[in-house]
Amino acid sequence: MKKVMNDPQNIVQEMLLGMEASAPGFLKKLNGFDVIVNKDLKEERVTLISGGGSGHEPAHGGYVGKGMLDAAVAGPVFTSPGPDQILEGIKAIDKSKGVLIIIKNYSGDVMNFQMAVEMAEMEGINTDFVIVNDDVAVGESSQRRGIAGTVFVHKIAGARAITGASLKEVKETAQKAINNVRSKGIALDPCILPHNGQPSFQISSDKMEIGLGIHGEPGIKQTEVLTAREIAEDLVISLKEDLGLETGEKIAVMVNGLGATPLMELQVLFNEVAMLCQNSGIKIIKTYIGNYMTSLNMAGLSLTFLRTDQDLADLLNAPVCTLSFR
Amino acid sequence: MENNVFPKKLIIETLRRMKTEISKQKGYLTELEAKIGDSDHGINLDRGFSEVESELPSLENKCIGEILKKVGLILMSKVGGAAGALYGTAFLFAGKELEGKESLNKDDILQAFIKALEGIKSRGGAVLGDKTMIDTLEPVVKYLEDNSGYVETREGWVRITGVAWQGMESTRDLVAKKGRASYLGERSRGHLDPGAVSCYFLIKAMGEGKD
Repeated sequence: MKKVMNDPQNIVQEMLLGMEASAPGFLKKLNGFDVIVNKDLKEERVTLISGGGSGHEPAHGGYVGKGMLDAAVAGPVFTSPGPDQILEGIKAIDKSKGVLIIIKNYSGDVMNFQMAVEMAEMEGINTDFVIVNDDVAVGESSQRRGIAGTVFVHKIAGARAITGASLKEVKETAQKAINNVRSKGIALDPCILPHNGQPSFQISSDKMEIGLGIHGEPGIKQTEVLTAREIAEDLVISLKEDLGLETGEKIAVMVNGLGATPLMELQVLFNEVAMLCQNSGIKIIKTYIGNYMTSLNMAGLSLTFLRTDQDLADLLNAPVCTLSFR
Repeated sequence: MENNVFPKKLIIETLRRMKTEISKQKGYLTELEAKIGDSDHGINLDRGFSEVESELPSLENKCIGEILKKVGLILMSKVGGAAGALYGTAFLFAGKELEGKESLNKDDILQAFIKALEGIKSRGGAVLGDKTMIDTLEPVVKYLEDNSGYVETREGWVRITGVAWQGMESTRDLVAKKGRASYLGERSRGHLDPGAVSCYFLIKAMGEGKD
């Protein structure tokens, strides 16, 4: 295994210190906790926290800043942080107007974040949460994972929160984004975990995995390596069908790299997606191409569609200042 | 001896043995999980139990209930993920049941097991047959309900451990319904559930201290 690191035991802390150092104007790591907060938080308003296992950078610390998240909690690589860490993040950003917690739908994340919610309520902090489950590769929606679409939920809820909306309103907005966002991914090669140097799954050189999760857990099926056009067709059809998109509707699109995918390939994929959308009369109002929700050094990508009305489009376009979302 | 089946000293030794066992099995658990998860179960548990071990000296003056509650909080904090939440809740629930105790008898142990299972079920929402640690733990709890006296002897623990082993083995043919392995659907069949396996090792470690 070759990785740029010191002691793998300290990789998460050192990464968070790096984030803090790269944006000293607005990011701060909480002393003794693996939590990045927006230190510029002055106004009394609803605040937002998200997080999960590390290895998905820039998620989630890269999305902390004005107009998006107020805190991000980082667990060990691919492992949800414990409730004590999350609680500390909630306490750090509580402005007594309520805290909304944005959770990705994995059993570990849901258990730990819900425990933190229970603990925060016991301390008298008004909290509520939403669960993002945008991954259409999983059949049953209650079981669906939260993947790259989560970034749109952060952005939209964050833009609503700075308008001074109530916790109930911010939650409704976040839920509206969740109801209208879908993603699906593919992987060409697994990622390597820093603690043991092992690939996250086995795949032969002529095969690809469809519908994988962002933790390197195997996908739904393996197939021979498809062309960009074939991949785009598979992903676009799945997302369109699941969202029930019709001619004339507007969407925002994210082509998300999983960590080791050249931007060239993301652009090639987007070219196909754009043509498919045009052919079916779906209008793309905004495009994001890059690494937004990665899986260490996995080769592959995910495609996300967010159906937008004027409200969601305005929130997506509202000003934002974070390390990794502009 | 009836009221002194497990003195506090033995409980603390048991926690140390759990740590040793998990450290020993870390590689095996990682290997198992690579097949149906993200191969960090052993690493995460080892991190948690190592922290438990280093905190034990500062806990020795507390009652068994307090010790187990603290172990639960350490596991939640240091293991993370579903395993931290579930094992943490199990120890926390067992600890609450054993408040004020300086030694345990067979009924205390049975009640602690019942509460631990209850905690895991309410936190994770899984049931028997979902290919989780419950498949190891629930048969053990059922067995102890009829045979609680087995915790008093080495031979009894061999039987209890055997029930845990059978439960663990039963996960091999199951399709995962909870956690990351569930995304694999049918592809999860044929592999042991790493949570069921770690649960077996913890129960095995409990029994090894009884002579």
